[in-house]
Amino acid sequence: MDAIIIETIVKAALVIAVFSALAGFGTFIERKILAFMQRRLGPMHVGPFGILQIAADGIKLFTKEDIIPQHANKFIFMIAPIITAATAFIALAAVPIFPEFTVFGYTIHPIVADINVGILFILGAMASGLYGPLLAGMAQANKWGIIGSARTAILFMSYEVVTGLSLLAPIMLVGSLSLIDFNAAQTGGVGEWLVWQQPVAFILFIIAGFAETNRTPFDILEHEAEIISGYATEYSGMRWGMFFIGEYANMITISFMASLIFFGGFNEWGILPGGLAILLKVSFFFFLMLWVRASWPHIRPDQLMWLCWKVLMPIAILNVLITGLVMML
Amino acid sequence: MSLNKFKDRNVGVQNYTLIEHEAFPQTGGEKFARVLKRTIKGELFVGLWVTMRTMILALFNGEIHTVKYPFEKLPISPRYRAIHDMLRLLESGHYRCIGCGLCEKICIADCIKMDTKYDENQRKEVTEYTINFGRCIFCGYCAEVCPELAIVHGGRYETASQQRASFSIFDDMLTPIDALKEQKEYPGFGAVSPNADDNIKKTPLAY
Ligand code: SF4
Ligand code: SF4
Repeated sequence: MDAIIIETIVKAALVIAVFSALAGFGTFIERKILAFMQRRLGPMHVGPFGILQIAADGIKLFTKEDIIPQHANKFIFMIAPIITAATAFIALAAVPIFPEFTVFGYTIHPIVADINVGILFILGAMASGLYGPLLAGMAQANKWGIIGSARTAILFMSYEVVTGLSLLAPIMLVGSLSLIDFNAAQTGGVGEWLVWQQPVAFILFIIAGFAETNRTPFDILEHEAEIISGYATEYSGMRWGMFFIGEYANMITISFMASLIFFGGFNEWGILPGGLAILLKVSFFFFLMLWVRASWPHIRPDQLMWLCWKVLMPIAILNVLITGLVMML
Repeated sequence: MSLNKFKDRNVGVQNYTLIEHEAFPQTGGEKFARVLKRTIKGELFVGLWVTMRTMILALFNGEIHTVKYPFEKLPISPRYRAIHDMLRLLESGHYRCIGCGLCEKICIADCIKMDTKYDENQRKEVTEYTINFGRCIFCGYCAEVCPELAIVHGGRYETASQQRASFSIFDDMLTPIDALKEQKEYPGFGAVSPNADDNIKKTPLAY
């Protein structure tokens, strides 16, 4: 019993340390890739190829003054970023990151908690992360913040139904909510990847995932050209940084989910060992998010609602129905 | 063009052409059809390919447009009007300015201040010459009017300094005597035009 507790604490600490570092690194990668796609160089001066820019940004964020506006609701204003960052890491708890491996004769499962409703847990935790922008926008006594939180509500109501329904069909096929079971269902190589059986569900999930992580083309919460910075208008320093760590951690989580559910997870991929395979897949999905951000314009909130409720949701329901019929026959 | 056309203040219709675009969808069904069409036509993937191509070219073909400014600078046009230079005569090294005062007179912002006296050879000597760059509008009239090509607009465009006097004293603008060899004839504002020789007409002496 003690061993499990200690192991879990160590794993949780590792996940937080590694993934917040990765989130910081994600901002660097994003700046670089966007720069190359726009024929720029991106950060270049701090460290080789500007890689230490992360450290410089971190120092800047940590030492900046933490401003709380006069008429803001102080308590909510202060905890809102923590909600976003914390839920992003909580969601990661149910994600199996690597295949299990053995160190000193001790088998390690690289997952903090293998709960049998893993997918539900992740979706729930990520969804509650949107309380961060919602509360932050309303607490800061700023009209752009209010618009930002109104848009958060819109976003939340729109994508959530699509995420759930799109994942329902693969869940029916596998018959489990645990990501480990999903992984185990696709052990037979590329041919058994669920994306071949559920291409529609995959596309719907990716679209909803973009909305869930608040990425272009659905970055309506804080779109600078329209609403200054939306929910983050009044934030500065580390509180602002926490929103971003949360956003990037969420991007990583969505990339993990897409790879685990539809693309064979951490099974061996040809000659590639499982750990490397999943790293490649996750990197690809992360890159896809940056790529899309560089390429596509973003859409209006009403278009998002229209898309989610009138297009994607019917398709998702049809997909579930057809999957069910095929399974029964 | 007739004068009437200029007098017509009713701007808004004459010179504008409407861009052709397909009709906007009206009903929900039409909207759905448009979404479907756009999805299947793969316009979105064209967009993805454009950025990917740019990235590949940027990474492997060196098509990066960033200029790392303080370390590398873009060439500026010779007709750029930056901080003035005072040039020297190449033979003697003496400054070219003859103290005629034309530049002071023409300066539209009234920012040139000069003083002269006769030296021992009865040649005008410039005792004081400053340009107040807080007022100069860089119009180029001074360079244009100077009969000796003494004052020209140089290429120093980085004019941030702690005080404006940093650029504006005669000796700062004058070509340093040891850099006389590097002094170039100035092709820009106020310089003699390349076909100046052709334009010279003989003045008839007899009336
Ligand atoms: S550039 Fe124009 S404003 Fe400036 S010193 Fe010459 S004449 Fe005066
Ligand atoms: S116009 Fe030329 S020569 Fe005359 S005072 Fe000015 S700089 Fe000197």
